Amino acid sequence: MFTVLRCVIYRDLLLATRRWADVLTALVFFVIVVSLFPLGVGPEPNLLRTIAPGVIWVAALLASMLSLTRIFAADYADGTLEQMLLSTAPLGMIVAAKVIAHWLVTGLLVVLIAPLLALQFDLPQQLLATLTLSLLLGTPVLSMIGAIGAALTLGLRGGGALLSLLVLPLYVPVLIIGAGAVDMAAAGLGTEAHFLLLAALLVVAAAFAPWAAAAALRISAE
Amino acid sequence: MMYVTPENTATGQDRFVDHSSWFKYSSPQTFFPLAGKLVPWFAVAALLLAAAGLYIGFFVAPTDSQQGEAYRIIFIHVPAAWMSMFIYVVMAFWAGVGLTFNTRLSGMMASALAPTGALFTFLALWSGSLWGKPTWGTWWVWEARLTSELILLFLYFGFMALQAAIDDPRRADKAGAVLALTGVINIPIIYFSVQWWNTLHQGASVSLKSAPTMAATMFTGMLVMVLALWMYSIAASLMRVRCIILERERDSQWVAEYMSSHK
Amino acid sequence: MRGRRRLFGGLNFTLRDGDLLRVTGANGSGKTSLLRILCGLLSPVCGMVRWGGGDIRSLREEYWRQLLYIGHAHAVKGELTALENLLVTCTLVGVNVSRGQALEALSRLGLAGYEALPVKILSRGQQRRVALARLFLSEKIPLWILDEPFDALDAGAVDCVRLLIAQHLSRGAAVVLTTHQEIRIDNPQVQYINIVS
Repeated sequence: MFTVLRCVIYRDLLLATRRWADVLTALVFFVIVVSLFPLGVGPEPNLLRTIAPGVIWVAALLASMLSLTRIFAADYADGTLEQMLLSTAPLGMIVAAKVIAHWLVTGLLVVLIAPLLALQFDLPQQLLATLTLSLLLGTPVLSMIGAIGAALTLGLRGGGALLSLLVLPLYVPVLIIGAGAVDMAAAGLGTEAHFLLLAALLVVAAAFAPWAAAAALRISAE
Repeated sequence: MMYVTPENTATGQDRFVDHSSWFKYSSPQTFFPLAGKLVPWFAVAALLLAAAGLYIGFFVAPTDSQQGEAYRIIFIHVPAAWMSMFIYVVMAFWAGVGLTFNTRLSGMMASALAPTGALFTFLALWSGSLWGKPTWGTWWVWEARLTSELILLFLYFGFMALQAAIDDPRRADKAGAVLALTGVINIPIIYFSVQWWNTLHQGASVSLKSAPTMAATMFTGMLVMVLALWMYSIAASLMRVRCIILERERDSQWVAEYMSSHK
Repeated sequence: MRGRRRLFGGLNFTLRDGDLLRVTGANGSGKTSLLRILCGLLSPVCGMVRWGGGDIRSLREEYWRQLLYIGHAHAVKGELTALENLLVTCTLVGVNVSRGQALEALSRLGLAGYEALPVKILSRGQQRRVALARLFLSEKIPLWILDEPFDALDAGAVDCVRLLIAQHLSRGAAVVLTTHQEIRIDNPQVQYINIVS
């Protein structure tokens, strides 16, 4: 069973290395969205410092969603998804493997590049660790919730826009708690509660999302 | 050996025989006339209760010492907000039943409830903002309950948009069910996170809970209005489910007979 | 049912060990839908498919362990090499194969020398062969369901696959396939389903 998990993660990472452009698109999108905000609201440093956590988090949300439209689409088009549905391993496990691979090539890169963007917003250095940790705990939840939406909208017209309508409202708690953690740290308050909540969300999502996405895939592939 | 049979009952494994008492009305064909008979009763009850509730709310209940007459909007706002959340739960319940037991009618009920739920969510938002103007001096505040209602409205839109995008009604029902169940697990999480976010950022200074302490007449008025909205929701969703049944079963014999007898 | 259209109904058949079932019909008549129903990918509006004694919808993984399905979309990734494709698909469906076995299967379908090339630069027929190489590694699987296996293959490859199917049938397995071509498979136990819309 874990052979299948490893095999799917390995395969998706291999595919990602051979389709570098796709991976970079999401990352560049993230950087551009973040960079647009100073142009929109003006370069006033205090304002930028205040909005930085929110802006980076919202951009991470959008980048995660943008790349999610493709998580099952290629496998659906070439028939691999059918083989996955007929696998002897539980489908939830295969979905979990795909989500892990998706996070490794988008979420993780966003986490790594976020501190750099935060510096552009003049976010104090002691907050960078908090921001990175909040993204590290939060972005996997985004990938998992998003997988449910991607599975539900598989093969539908207007898939991308529909996906955002389904998924973005469900992202709200992660956004609130994740960006909230950085705000708390900026105000000099403790962030343990936020991180515990993020970890709790991660556990709940990990327990629930792969199976919901698996059920959705069976429905969509009919 | 592989056997392919055109009937489901070849092995007698079917758990629900059509004529057992409980599941009799789970067939759209038997439910359709029953719903037709029930609609007028619920509609009349809704009208009467709404008239009574609004009368109590606007003429009997005392004027509030701090907010004056503007507070009276809570007779619409609070019941609508309650109903909007409650209907989502009922919708998810029917969707879940449909997914587990594969009963077609449950999925139709879920789709019939969604527009009513969205309507009440919108009503709660609108009345909330109408109340906000005289009370807080602005049309919109990022107050916890209003924000939750806004996200709930998005959830309803998502459900309806997903069902609208899928052509095959069986897939639409099942996909909607997975989404509604995911949503219903998320609603408490969203509600509490928004509440938390609100207290962190603004303190508890503005809140719809700062409504005046309830006088007995106000409570009665609110209760009557809640009942009125209940009756309305039932009547509206039964009417809508009748339309959905007719549309989905339009190729069947009984619909053809029904249509020709109602020309 | 496709959309509001009824594709077929009233099908009733039994497939015994060693049986070959050929499904024929015009384009869009529902051949692929029927195969997908037999696999359990699509649930029929009414009716059921049983394997041994049980409904395939409750057997699930237990049934899929005994099933090989190669669809019209044949689950081959253009970015992966032929060998990678074969190994990944076999692992995915739960068939354990070694690298050597996989290489041998590819060479038997005339893909020797192409193992390490990304599949997208191969021709359509060669891509189809990559998918069909799985058949060499699935001798123990008692039910093969193949959607248009001979599509895009040249005469040599058709012969090879034909022989493979005949051998599999003689081992007592069952095979279901759709095809447009008139291809003779030497087997006494043949059933035909022709879907007329």
